[in-house]
Amino acid sequence: MTVLEHKANGGGPVSRTLSEKGWGYIMAAPAFALVGCVALAPIVAAMWLSLHRRLPVFGVDEFVGVENYLYLLSDERFWAACRTTLYFTLLSVTVELALGLGLALVLHGLTRRASSVTRVSQVVAILPWAVPTVVSAQIWLWLYQPDYGLLNYLLVQAGVIAEPINWLADPDWAVHAAVVMDVWKTTPFAALLLLAGLQTIPPELYAAARIDGAGWWAQFRLITLPLLLPIIMITGIFRTMDAVRIFDAVFVLTGGGPGNTTETLSIYAYKTLFQSLQFGYGSALATAMFIIGTLLSLSYLMVLRLHLREPV
Amino acid sequence: MRVETGWREQHRSTGLMWCLSAVVILLCLGPLIWQVVTSIKPDVDIVRLPPFFPSQITGAHYDRVLLRSPLLQSLVNSAIVATSATILSIVFGSFCAFALARLPIGGKSVILGLVLATSMFPPIAVMSPLYLFMRELGLRDTLVALILTHTVYALPLAVWLLTNFMRQLPKELYYAARIDGCTPLRALLSVMLPLARPALAVTALLVFIYSWNEFMFALTLTASDATRTAPVTLALFPGLYEIPWGDLAAASLIVTMPVAALAMIFCRHIVGGLTAGSVKG
Repeated sequence: MTVLEHKANGGGPVSRTLSEKGWGYIMAAPAFALVGCVALAPIVAAMWLSLHRRLPVFGVDEFVGVENYLYLLSDERFWAACRTTLYFTLLSVTVELALGLGLALVLHGLTRRASSVTRVSQVVAILPWAVPTVVSAQIWLWLYQPDYGLLNYLLVQAGVIAEPINWLADPDWAVHAAVVMDVWKTTPFAALLLLAGLQTIPPELYAAARIDGAGWWAQFRLITLPLLLPIIMITGIFRTMDAVRIFDAVFVLTGGGPGNTTETLSIYAYKTLFQSLQFGYGSALATAMFIIGTLLSLSYLMVLRLHLREPV
Repeated sequence: MRVETGWREQHRSTGLMWCLSAVVILLCLGPLIWQVVTSIKPDVDIVRLPPFFPSQITGAHYDRVLLRSPLLQSLVNSAIVATSATILSIVFGSFCAFALARLPIGGKSVILGLVLATSMFPPIAVMSPLYLFMRELGLRDTLVALILTHTVYALPLAVWLLTNFMRQLPKELYYAARIDGCTPLRALLSVMLPLARPALAVTALLVFIYSWNEFMFALTLTASDATRTAPVTLALFPGLYEIPWGDLAAASLIVTMPVAALAMIFCRHIVGGLTAGSVKG
């Protein structure tokens, strides 16, 4: 320890009243208190609520133990929501990462020839990301409109489909319509993050590989992909967490319909809580989602710890 | 000879890339442009296609949503909530980040892990107790409830970004301030924070955009036009018999405008801020 550090760590006259540690706890306290009261305490309270049958409309509030969870295991609608959420997440994140990576590679290729490309592409790509989710749902609602929406018109004119499709009323199309909306909103931004990663790869590596006779595919597989892996993973993780808890986009686009085919876990829990006002069972659903989310983030944190070291 | 082929090939691939990016730009902007076109079309042109472009340009939709709908009130609400949440999360966030980055408190990596985990919570998991809690306190259907909630859910991001940034500032600056007789609080306020201005700006921007766009808490904790934020008003847009597509398009664009402008002006900083933790990590 240097003299400077020794003095700053409490040896000198400056900290006669309060140690560095004391200051640290005092300064971190407000943030912890807030997060504790508004985020952590409600989680515990939700778990407690989930052990009750609580229907405020009928004045019912009784402790029922794990009854809600037993019901949950046999609740076909819960499992359907799980499947929908999983399908939506897998499909949208895969498409977003693949398209985002392709887009980032194209942008990177162009940047090397014209540097203004990055700036223009950033401005364009950030727009869908900044648009409020509710707005993007409204935008796509209008594009999917069956009678005079733009999508049907263009597809019919191009000869792709014979007659207009009612995208959001068709159980097979509706969830894919939601995926397309999500892909539109998030792919450009994923591409920007990946592009930022691409730009940290030293160009000398590619030059050396070319001299060694490596082709485009070999360069991509042996240089780009391994060096980009951390940022691909982080982007994928954050996209997955967002997709699993998706609510507003799908809620406004389809409301979970038609016939609950686009009902994700968040939407089912929301409807149970605030439309059928079953606070006990709704909390059980929310807790189940919390557990799924925690398991996912824990496994991700573990993967990240293996690949990335925390900055010290 | 070989050089020339390479040159021509490169040009061809460049041309291909330009075409590709033109398509991508059209796909990115197309839906938004269509919304702009719809918002200035008279109603007769909206319910038929073609024509693509309006036979005459009208401002009626903008008039209607701004003057005769709850949109204006909800924009004011959104501005109040987003601004307050930004200020509060920056204040509490920078204090906490400073403690984590420079002061010798225990369990730092556990705390940072917890911070990261909190940011991954599905908001629905806390919805029912939060709703009952706010109702108990008489805060339901007030802006205070929303400000508080948005602040807390933006704090993990603020703490994470600011901690990473403050760790990169040279330790010596902090020690020098301490030896000159500053308390840690004073050192934070007059040495660290001025240096952390770029990170503060990015954090503020991200929190503001988050709060402006947030929907689930805003939907659940508000119940009247007096407190609804812009996304909620937009989602509940009055459509008794038919959806008023023109009004809806105008309203969506108005709601999007502030955050879109902020994002476009500061896009380089936003991307930089979000990748800083991960690329350098």
